[in-house]
Amino acid sequence: MPYIALEDHLPGITGLLEYSKGTAQPIRELTQFLLRGPSTLSEAERELIATVVSHGNQCTFCTTAHTAAADLLAGETETAASVKQNIETAPVSDKMKALLTIASQTRESGRAVTAEAVARAKDAGATDVEIHDTVLIAALFCLYNRYVDGLGTALPAEPGYYDVLAGRLVNHGYTRLPQGYDHLKKTFTTN
Amino acid sequence: MAHINLENDLPGIRGLMAYSPETEKPLNLLAETLLRDDDNTLSRGDRELIGTYVSYLNDCFFCQNVHGALAGHYMGCNIEEIDAIKQDFTSTEISPKMKALLAIAARVQIGGKAVTEEQIEAAREEGATDKEIHDTVLIAASFCMFNRYVDGLATWAPQDRQFYVNRAPQRAEDGYISSVFK
Repeated sequence: MPYIALEDHLPGITGLLEYSKGTAQPIRELTQFLLRGPSTLSEAERELIATVVSHGNQCTFCTTAHTAAADLLAGETETAASVKQNIETAPVSDKMKALLTIASQTRESGRAVTAEAVARAKDAGATDVEIHDTVLIAALFCLYNRYVDGLGTALPAEPGYYDVLAGRLVNHGYTRLPQGYDHLKKTFTTN
Repeated sequence: MAHINLENDLPGIRGLMAYSPETEKPLNLLAETLLRDDDNTLSRGDRELIGTYVSYLNDCFFCQNVHGALAGHYMGCNIEEIDAIKQDFTSTEISPKMKALLAIAARVQIGGKAVTEEQIEAAREEGATDKEIHDTVLIAASFCMFNRYVDGLATWAPQDRQFYVNRAPQRAEDGYISSVFK
């Protein structure tokens, strides 16, 4: 049971964003730009950053949702599964290993990001904007993970929920659906 | 020196916001809505205090001084009184409800799962509403983002704490929207 009254058919972050639409709007806009806006990092790479941070913060809803989005974008499931286990041995580029390391350090604390980790990313070809975006994406998911778990939100009762959500994140993005989310009442419930 | 070339010499988050105007807009809108919207039963001082306390726990010098000075401005407190709240809010004169909300914010700083049902119950017993609990968690979570952004990119911060106190009245007047160059 969530700590505050949220709609039953909206698990995880989705109920919170509908509960507080005034704060949801800038959060959605920030996420849409960082994860879907113009970038030299692919959408799949940016979803991996979200996945690694959410996994490190042990946020089940966010980890499962962004793993599903990364999988759908990449067309395979091995990469996201691997980065959660071990960044260094995962099948990603050296630049992504360095950026995912910066993301993991940011997750721990802003002060935990080392000059060595940044130098390694630059040596591997990362630009200033890529490093900036990596830190801000990691910081943003430290917000999301705490928001979702700090208010005790529910998990979806049906595992198929995440596939539908990933489809929405890939095909529509992070902005609010113009029609809202009432249509999901017919399909989904929360635990 | 910052980890990346920000192409400006503005301190803290202002340097980052000038560097990245596309992300500046939603970040400032979030701060404005959460910390200043008048449709809220927590005062601006209460909300700045939550941001200050979380920034202190995250050891973010820039954020805890900017927001500590704003909290002091709204609450009519000096730096020493704000410092006393940061160091041990339980032994200060703030309301029992604010003590219960700061306890929740402190757990959010550790991690979302660290918040307990007992803490939520305790806040409710002191009269906290769903929205106040929601806003406390989201303010704390937002500062876990802001603090990481500011320190994760190693921005610089003025060391003279009076700098922040001097700027607070004008920031309270102007708000956060387009605050970068002011």
